[in-house]
Amino acid sequence: MIEVEGLTKYYGRLAAIRDVNFRVESGEIVGFLGPNGAGKTTTMRILTCFSPASGGVARILGMDTRDESLKIREKIGYLPENVPLYEWMRVKNYLRFVAQAKHVPSGERSKEISRVAESVGLEQVMGKLIRSLSKGYKQRVGLAQALMGNPPILILDEPTIGLDPKQIREIRHLIKSFSHNRTVILSTHILPEVSQVCDRVVIINKGSIVAEDTPANLMRTHGKYSRAQVIVRAGESEAISLLSQVPGVRSVSASASLNGESSLLIEAAPEMDVRPDLARAVFESGWDLLELKSLQVSLEDVFIDLITEEAEDQESSDDGDRKEAAV
Amino acid sequence: MTGLVAVFRKEMAGYFTSPVAYWVIACFLVICGFFFWANISFMSLVSLQAMNNPMIAERINLTDVVVRPLLQNMGIVLLFVIPLLTMRVFSEEKKSGSIELLLTYPISDPAVVLGKYFASTLLLLIMLAATFPSMLLLFGIGEPDPGSMFAGYLGLFFMGAAFIALGIFVSSLTENQIISASLTFGSALLFWILSWTSTILGEPWGALTKQLSILEHLDSFYKGLISLQDVTFFALFTAFFLFLTLRSLETHRWRG
Repeated sequence: MIEVEGLTKYYGRLAAIRDVNFRVESGEIVGFLGPNGAGKTTTMRILTCFSPASGGVARILGMDTRDESLKIREKIGYLPENVPLYEWMRVKNYLRFVAQAKHVPSGERSKEISRVAESVGLEQVMGKLIRSLSKGYKQRVGLAQALMGNPPILILDEPTIGLDPKQIREIRHLIKSFSHNRTVILSTHILPEVSQVCDRVVIINKGSIVAEDTPANLMRTHGKYSRAQVIVRAGESEAISLLSQVPGVRSVSASASLNGESSLLIEAAPEMDVRPDLARAVFESGWDLLELKSLQVSLEDVFIDLITEEAEDQESSDDGDRKEAAV
Repeated sequence: MTGLVAVFRKEMAGYFTSPVAYWVIACFLVICGFFFWANISFMSLVSLQAMNNPMIAERINLTDVVVRPLLQNMGIVLLFVIPLLTMRVFSEEKKSGSIELLLTYPISDPAVVLGKYFASTLLLLIMLAATFPSMLLLFGIGEPDPGSMFAGYLGLFFMGAAFIALGIFVSSLTENQIISASLTFGSALLFWILSWTSTILGEPWGALTKQLSILEHLDSFYKGLISLQDVTFFALFTAFFLFLTLRSLETHRWRG
């Protein structure tokens, strides 16, 4: 279990994270999302005891990262971004080093190395120099070192970055297989990955947590609008002007036009189902309705909305401050 | 302890999987071999001349003409060689980012520093040991003083170990290996020649620079004397820079 309370980290005068609070239960896979520079890596570095916090508390399995750093490090498997490995080492020797560094008993090292290598599919390259491996295999070596010693907590920073689609699917499967017996924090920019793999999502922006929920709940509660796609046999501009007048519709935009067919994207208020009114409007105008479907709000939309909202709030509060100062 | 051993083994593997260690050891041995040959040649020249003068012949001995100058030259060669051994110790880890992983393994910072320090020191020991067979040859042609020889080697080892601690500290400050090597060489040279300023500075600063000078403490070993004061100086010098390395790592952690 991971508990973070009021976590703050300053680099000089700059706050990388400020008053961050969240909790990850045992066996949960939590996605840690945020734009670049949001504070994800800083938070992960504090949780892995690489860097101390300036304020607040981070507890791993009930132990404070400040007081019991070595004990915590025994329980954590960490895959940093860019996977920094000793490229001059052979895979087998590198994993042997990691096993020893993680205090795997000498009698069990060979067995543990084989187990870990098998779980990430490294058996074929054990004798190769790490520098000669492809990006995908290097990523697997990084995952293998994180899994060494069977740690109950895994902290993975962009584990699928740079992998091909097949490798991404394999790594996702692997991470998904950890649920229930390991606690995983997964940082990624690939949002569909979060929907597929994670039980819960924590979104961080500008050093503060802006949302925390299951992907499904986030998509339901944070969607700013409902969306629908309409394909009609009519001119694009006429269709846009007609459908914009339907009650509840906020915007209409053309997504494609071909052979007299116009494909339009409709955005409406989140609580309204505008599909019957859209259909009626098309029929009454005498056009052919070729397709009408509702589009689900994606996690990507929620993510973009949340971080844009934050920026807008910040701007308006800055404007307010400036006005107050002017008065 | 397991962590220290893991770091030590990784560092040793690092030295011998790159050509750097082989080249450094080879250069050290070639230069030392050259000095050995030059000193022996000088000895035989002086001996030939002394055949006509029994008074001079009595004063000529292998220890003064071959062993001591050779050990002094080896000390100077080590001054150049040690920065090449220590330049990568932390600089490479910082540049590649592997320090982030290393410092999140369950290994204490002192174990990381000592593991790296012991690996570099073992390499120094290997280099010094490799010159020893040539010294043994001297017992075949004369009677060098084994005590002086032992003390001289011990002095070189202490000096080398102290400079390794200095070099490891410097490498923890930068991710550029060239800067690391040149800064280590510059600092080591400064500690080497510090006593030269003692006459200019006068008391009390002159006494202080004399006490801090490596050459001043190494000289007793070259003369065959092993004094507690000199051993303590090298031990404190080493411990001080290893301590600074630990502080440097801590700063690195705070900077995240």
